[in-house]
Amino acid sequence: MTGAPILATRGLTVEIAGVRVCCDLDFAVEPGQCWAILGRNGAGKTTLLSTLAGLRPVSAGTIEIDGRPLSGFAPRELARVRALLPQDDSDAFPATALETALVGRHPHLGRWQWEGAEDLRIARAALAAVDMDGAEARDVRTLSGGERRRVTLAATLAQEPRLFLLDEPSSHLDLAHQVALLDRLVALARSGERALVMALHDVNLASRCCDHVLLLDRGAAAAGPCASLLTSERLSALYGVALRSFSDGGRSVFVT
Amino acid sequence: MFRNAPSLVLTSLAALALAAFALALATGSVTLGPGTVARAFFGFGDETQRLIVRELRLPRALAAFATGGELALAGALLQVLLKNPLADPYVVGVSGGAAVGALAVMLLGAAAWLVPGGAFAGAVVSTAIVFGLARGRGAWSPTRLLLTGVVVAAGWGAIVALILSLAPETQLRGMLFWLIGDLSSPPVTWTPLAVLLFALAVALAFARDFNALSRGETIAASVGVDVARLPWLLFGLSALLTAVAVTVAGAIGFVGLIVPQAIRLVLGNDQRVVLPASVLGGGVLLLIADTLARVIVAPAQLPVGVITAIIGVPLFLVLLSRDRPR
Repeated sequence: MTGAPILATRGLTVEIAGVRVCCDLDFAVEPGQCWAILGRNGAGKTTLLSTLAGLRPVSAGTIEIDGRPLSGFAPRELARVRALLPQDDSDAFPATALETALVGRHPHLGRWQWEGAEDLRIARAALAAVDMDGAEARDVRTLSGGERRRVTLAATLAQEPRLFLLDEPSSHLDLAHQVALLDRLVALARSGERALVMALHDVNLASRCCDHVLLLDRGAAAAGPCASLLTSERLSALYGVALRSFSDGGRSVFVT
Repeated sequence: MFRNAPSLVLTSLAALALAAFALALATGSVTLGPGTVARAFFGFGDETQRLIVRELRLPRALAAFATGGELALAGALLQVLLKNPLADPYVVGVSGGAAVGALAVMLLGAAAWLVPGGAFAGAVVSTAIVFGLARGRGAWSPTRLLLTGVVVAAGWGAIVALILSLAPETQLRGMLFWLIGDLSSPPVTWTPLAVLLFALAVALAFARDFNALSRGETIAASVGVDVARLPWLLFGLSALLTAVAVTVAGAIGFVGLIVPQAIRLVLGNDQRVVLPASVLGGGVLLLIADTLARVIVAPAQLPVGVITAIIGVPLFLVLLSRDRPR
């Protein structure tokens, strides 16, 4: 499948409850790229991510992964290619951090198969990658919000997808982990045939980590490289707040 | 940690189940020695002993074990479905419908063998109502199902109260026993066990999907679980199990709520372990409780639902107080 982008949309229109998220949108995510989805509350970032993950129908247009339409994938097959990190971590029942990370191995196992040594190794490595390796046996319900977020992220890492769709991966995280974990994810995407698409609220984090952005502005969406879209004029219009940008070693920094 | 401890507990529970069966076959108005029970069970020995073991005690022991296993499995599945550890098999209104069916048959003075038929019909009608209404026009949600079940159950409760107030005094005792749960006359011998094993096999095939579902809908969908159809499998299996259980034994409370909870406190929340352990635990609890119900005040019998609560409540409270967050 070399040559085809990991994720590509053609004429994509997404609507939720009669509200348009994007209309006739074309964009392609190539291996090694990191995309940020920016927009106000309710702009449809979560809805778009969920649609790109194949979990809700499109209103019009097509979505392709590795050059194949999403509808051609069986759910488990799709789960081995893309993962979606939810915005919220919900745990009604007790489970250890290790068990939670192992959920990511589900699509790699047969119906009657149990997790083997290799799956345990991958799940432990994922916990280590989010700095939770000392907390394997902890009940996730006793963890702090940020720690719980990192365990959920570990499950997404253990899934070993090529396309990461992350809904506010940095929420609840302290500043050190926001930077460290996103840098790790970006390095992971750039090192192999992987790609990252994430909804973010922090424009400076987007400017630091991403090479492309998707701006969702009341039904009108724009997609492209940061150099052309991540500007103070664009962002001021997007958020309705006057932003100024400064250049810091080739990277734009935005302040209100 | 992942396979060893649970398999030890499962093996112990299975051994306990065999011991409980042996005890149930040996005790009663005539106490039989282990050798006698074994000979009679395999068709040897004198005719009276064969009759006692194979025709009288075995069907009742099987019914007790299967009913306990069914209620516990239904409870475990519903707790996954509703993402609520307080869900029990009757929360979707099945026992209420069954009670109205059974009591209506008794009130009309029909033959006793028609009572299980009335119970099963009531359970099916109630399930269909809750199933249809919970689906509605909009999307499915645990809250909506829970609310529909609770409201429908309240409606059945009112009809049960009405029947009890209309019934002649001679029938009240039988009705009350049915409502508390009574294993003295199982209508069929092997069917409940077959239903239980079928449901357990189907549930185990999806057990890892259930694990993913209890980590949240989006995570489950992300790892390839069919989150649109899985809830209906959970609902269908638990409704079938509960309908069969109430038909055989009346409305035995408490087993479906407490057994999966206790199993979870001891073994964690891996459904591949919780589901079979719940079946064994529920079966053993009800089998022991029913044996006690037969012998404590012999020749009279206590309602088995009373004994399950007397054994289960302290056991559960001890387990709960020992549980500390890790």
